[in-house]
Amino acid sequence: MIHSLFLVSTAGHIFLEKHWKSVISRSVCDYLFEAQGKASAPENVPPVIATPHHYLISVYRDRIFFVAVIQTEVPPLFVIEFLHRVAETFQDYFGECSEASIKDNVVIVYELLEEMLDNGFPLATEANILKEMIKPPTILRSVVNTITGGSSNVGGTLPTGQLSNIPWRRTGVKYTNNEAYFDVVEEIDAILDKSGTVVFAEIQGVIDACVKLSGMPDLTLSFVNPRLLDDVSFHPCVRFKRWEAERVLSFIPPDGNFRLMSYHVNAQNLVAIPVYVKQNVSFFETGSSGRLDITVGPKQTMGKTIEDVVITVHMPKVVLNANLTTNQGTSTYDPVTKVLVWDIGKLNQQKVPNLKGSLSLQSGAPRPDENPTLNIDLRIQQLAISGLKVNRLNMFGEKYKPFKGVKYVTKAGKFQVRT
Amino acid sequence: MTDSKYFTTNKKGEIFELKAELNNEKKEKRKEAVKKVIAAMTVGKDVSSLFPDVVNCMQTDNLELKKLVYLYLMNYAKSQPDMAIMAVNSFVKDCEDPNPLIRALAVRTMGCIRVDKITEYLCEPLRKCLKDEDPYVRKTAAVCVAKLHDINAQMVEDQGFLDSLRDLIADSNPMVVANAVAALSEISESHPNSNLLDLNPQNINKLLTALNECTEWGQIFILDCLSNYNPKDEREAQSICERVTPRLSHANSAVVLSAVKVLMKFLELLPKDSDYYGTLLKKLSPPLVTLLSGEPEVQYVALRNINLIVQKRPEILKQEIKVFFVKYNDPIYVKLEKLDIMIRLASQANIAQVLAELKEYATEVDVDFVRKAVRAIGRCAIKVEQSAERCVSTLLDLIQTKVNYVVQEAIVVIRDIFRKYPNKYESIIATLCENLDSLDEPDARAAMIWIVGEYAERIDNADELLESFLEGFHDESTQVQLTLLTAIVKLFLKKPSETQELVQQVLSLATQDSDNPDLRDRGYIYWRLLSTDPVTAKEVVLSEKPLISEETDLIEPTLLDELICHIGSLASVYHKPPNAFVEGSHGIHRKHLPIQHGSIDTGESPVSTGPTAALDQPQVIPSQGDLLGDLLNLDLGPPVNVPQVSSMQMGAVDLLGGGLDSLVSPKPCIFSVSQILKKVFVRVFWSQVLLRLHCFVFLCSFGVIPTTPLPIHTPLMPNQSIDISLPLSTIGPVMKMDPLNNLQVAVKNIIDVFYFSCLIPLNIFFVEDGKMERQVFLVTWKDIPNENELQYQIKECHLNADTVSGKLQNNNIFTIAKRNVEGQDMLYQSLKLTNGIWILAELRIQPGNPNYTLKIGASLFLSLQAYRPIDRSSVYKVVLEGCQT
Repeated sequence: MIHSLFLVSTAGHIFLEKHWKSVISRSVCDYLFEAQGKASAPENVPPVIATPHHYLISVYRDRIFFVAVIQTEVPPLFVIEFLHRVAETFQDYFGECSEASIKDNVVIVYELLEEMLDNGFPLATEANILKEMIKPPTILRSVVNTITGGSSNVGGTLPTGQLSNIPWRRTGVKYTNNEAYFDVVEEIDAILDKSGTVVFAEIQGVIDACVKLSGMPDLTLSFVNPRLLDDVSFHPCVRFKRWEAERVLSFIPPDGNFRLMSYHVNAQNLVAIPVYVKQNVSFFETGSSGRLDITVGPKQTMGKTIEDVVITVHMPKVVLNANLTTNQGTSTYDPVTKVLVWDIGKLNQQKVPNLKGSLSLQSGAPRPDENPTLNIDLRIQQLAISGLKVNRLNMFGEKYKPFKGVKYVTKAGKFQVRT
Repeated sequence: MTDSKYFTTNKKGEIFELKAELNNEKKEKRKEAVKKVIAAMTVGKDVSSLFPDVVNCMQTDNLELKKLVYLYLMNYAKSQPDMAIMAVNSFVKDCEDPNPLIRALAVRTMGCIRVDKITEYLCEPLRKCLKDEDPYVRKTAAVCVAKLHDINAQMVEDQGFLDSLRDLIADSNPMVVANAVAALSEISESHPNSNLLDLNPQNINKLLTALNECTEWGQIFILDCLSNYNPKDEREAQSICERVTPRLSHANSAVVLSAVKVLMKFLELLPKDSDYYGTLLKKLSPPLVTLLSGEPEVQYVALRNINLIVQKRPEILKQEIKVFFVKYNDPIYVKLEKLDIMIRLASQANIAQVLAELKEYATEVDVDFVRKAVRAIGRCAIKVEQSAERCVSTLLDLIQTKVNYVVQEAIVVIRDIFRKYPNKYESIIATLCENLDSLDEPDARAAMIWIVGEYAERIDNADELLESFLEGFHDESTQVQLTLLTAIVKLFLKKPSETQELVQQVLSLATQDSDNPDLRDRGYIYWRLLSTDPVTAKEVVLSEKPLISEETDLIEPTLLDELICHIGSLASVYHKPPNAFVEGSHGIHRKHLPIQHGSIDTGESPVSTGPTAALDQPQVIPSQGDLLGDLLNLDLGPPVNVPQVSSMQMGAVDLLGGGLDSLVSPKPCIFSVSQILKKVFVRVFWSQVLLRLHCFVFLCSFGVIPTTPLPIHTPLMPNQSIDISLPLSTIGPVMKMDPLNNLQVAVKNIIDVFYFSCLIPLNIFFVEDGKMERQVFLVTWKDIPNENELQYQIKECHLNADTVSGKLQNNNIFTIAKRNVEGQDMLYQSLKLTNGIWILAELRIQPGNPNYTLKIGASLFLSLQAYRPIDRSSVYKVVLEGCQT
């Protein structure tokens, strides 16, 4: 099982270590540094590294390496999932997962890690349960702590949820306003080739819920078109049998925010591509220069407006500067990181945004071999691009009438256009 | 206000201040102080000197303070074992607390204190907690057993905790079941009896019930445990699969992969024509695809496993090739894995898409990735025959880009395509030749040279091209030199008239000016071939080459089956069996895929053979036996396959000019090593292939080594044999052999390394100055411990004491003293081996009795431990021989 955990900054500073069994010297991280030295960027460091006596399994998140040290055969995915869970818990507790915030809350971090893992076995990883045992820092509480000389941030009660058959929900929840909100968030992952043809496209969708309901509500969420979904992963609260049989989500929700399900749709014909992109990026054989011309326009939007459109281009190293003009939004080129960002904003039907101009290259350098790829970011409110629609939400088990709401949003995930 | 304040203490007297604060009257102050201590501890400062003060804070009702003190204890108890005892009482008391949270916390913390003295006190509270009414306490106690086992395995067994754990599998609470399973699986990894978890249908049923209700982590443990079970028939397998399938929709990728493992394993047991089999296969694909939308680290592990699954059951993902298309911002380790799987999934149906993608990748930034993409195009051509033409034209397009490393990589794969489809794409050779000058990597240069040589008759200026390479012959890598040599010989055989000069030039470069034995040998072979029999030379050099195989990088099927049983584990990431690399994994038994039963239930598990596998490895070096036996028993390993000679026919070997005609073996040449005193006599036989020796290595207990190289200067003709005498010395590497006088000889020629062994008469190692001083002998003889002495009977020897003494002296066994006791002659003798070991002997001869008694001892055996367990009978034999000569 998980033996030790090290948190390491990209600069190679080990700023936290926790051992669940015997202490392992932090010099074991040297193998990580070695791998980091070989990799071109921190995200390219391989997640599983073998050392003579241990295995290092690491995830890289928010500029921090979470490095787990294991000694026996442990499923690597188990470790990776756990490490991501640790990062998410920090994010949840401290608002951000960074070296500074972890250092600021080191005692809570230590208490959390102690609760999350016992002898390398995961113990309590549900945010709900953890928060019952260790209260997250809040501004109010830290103020109160300073004045009164500090109160406990460890709960004295037994986390009831850990024992019941529904470990994700605590008992005795009470709200004056009972409400349940669901966000259907879809991300389009797509690769378009030079001519704009779809090489690959799929939709990654999630339904995030914020449920604040008193007592033990039993909810049923149904869709207009559930057959759309190719594969689904559920929160443990969802009854799989009902889904199999009736294609409805039946569950007793955890209290507060949680991810109810995630799904993906990869039947190509179902994935509508909301924008078209015409581009021409070329470098001349002579003269150390190049041209760039990008046009973006709305395509299949189902009547909705596309917002927050941003196009990012990672230019080859030899591109020194870009002299570009646009009829909408702003464009900036950072000559250090070689990243061109064109922030367009809203796309409207009448005017088609265009960015063009010249690129100046390092003189004397050979024409770059690689073609830069365009990365597109966008957002469409009130639309799930797959067409998924929630039909209704029913509640059983409690008498009151809750407020209900469903919101749809479509975003670009890894949306790439090759040039 | 944050915890960072705990770090900002003034340096002076930090510990002192903390000490004062820890002993403050106010509870809150004490808590703050403990927090400061913990903060210092997390960044690696040594605050162990505060141990007694912190432990004093343990007696408190405040749960947070208690937890903090426990945290501290876990960290420092090891360094302060005596102090830690102070805490025991407190723990025992906490284990009785009415609050189950406190009970659980106490038992959990105690298990983390890795001090032997404390663990003794832990047993009783633990036993109680294992039977606690509260499941939270029970599940914590279950993990505690695993902790304890790690510290003191024997005690856990003696106290019967393992049985208690097994009982917990039947617990009513699923979390307790899951933790018990997890604890048992961890213990079994380091336990000699790895079958701690007795899996029977009842247990399985309990596990399956618990599976639905426990946490995600518990599900992983249970699924991993289920995968070790062998269902007795297909019905049981199917029912387990049905209950495991819902786990494929879990949000936790580790649960999904563990479920995939169970299903992949049990699929083996299902009849292939059943509906359920097909349904299950269909159900496996979407979750695998979903894994690829996770974080890059998850993708990586998933891809490594998919790589196995695709090899085992390509049908599962054959429709899904698009999800393996590479995104430009994928981490490099994900890109490379995706590429590998794309090639495995490439088929006639999707080859157009795959090729378009690969071509796109060839313009990426990362050089390693680009190279692999280009190589992938070549692999596609070899794998999907219909696509070969397309692949070739794609490669040509890439060559036109003139990007240096792309061109080089392309040329390397085009060579392979030529090997697979001879006489099909030679029209592109002209284009290839244009890029001759830009090639600077050995691989690419060698590939190009090979192509020019192979198709010399179609390239008008082949001689010029090859000549241009010849200029810097000695600066080239061996690979290029060898290929160039072969290519020019091919060229000569095809166009003898114009290229005579060129071939002579290369042969002389290779044979006379080169230090590389491989190159020299190959040069000699060609030279000989060309000068003796050009027709045969043509047959040999220009023979049909075997086509290269479709996929060379598939995992070997038995290994693949084993790895399928380990899906989701480290083994699956490294594609190696777990026993090959996991430390301390002696408990891991090799797993096998279950074998489908017939309709009759044999009642026996098909699995668990394992450990015998390693025993029947071929013994390369026969340790005993006579010379002929040696020759016949020789196992030369797998047939060797070097491209340049593989085409030559190696028929039956005529060993001793007709004496052993019946011996038909793939051995191209055989050696014998016989011996005459201090010279080793080497007889070399050659079969039909002309070969030369490269080197000659001796291994022996006495460090025997030849002092001059093997004096064979001219290549040997087929069936020719020569006798060579080699002067030897004993300064070589020493290696203990069994028997001691065994001599192993390794001979390398261009085909392979061959091993021989023979026995050397030990008496050649007796040195002339082996006569010990009388006084020294007396003292040493007494000092020889009894266990270093042995008695031996020498039978049927009709010599008197003086003759024996004389004969032995001729063999450097010296008589130190002689006395007559009760009518018996007692000879005290000494000898010394070349390695400085003295051996003393007492020979008792009764007149008229042909049997002598020999008592032998070696004084120095004690100081030379390495020689202690030797078989000393060889020494007697020598003495015996000495007597009889």
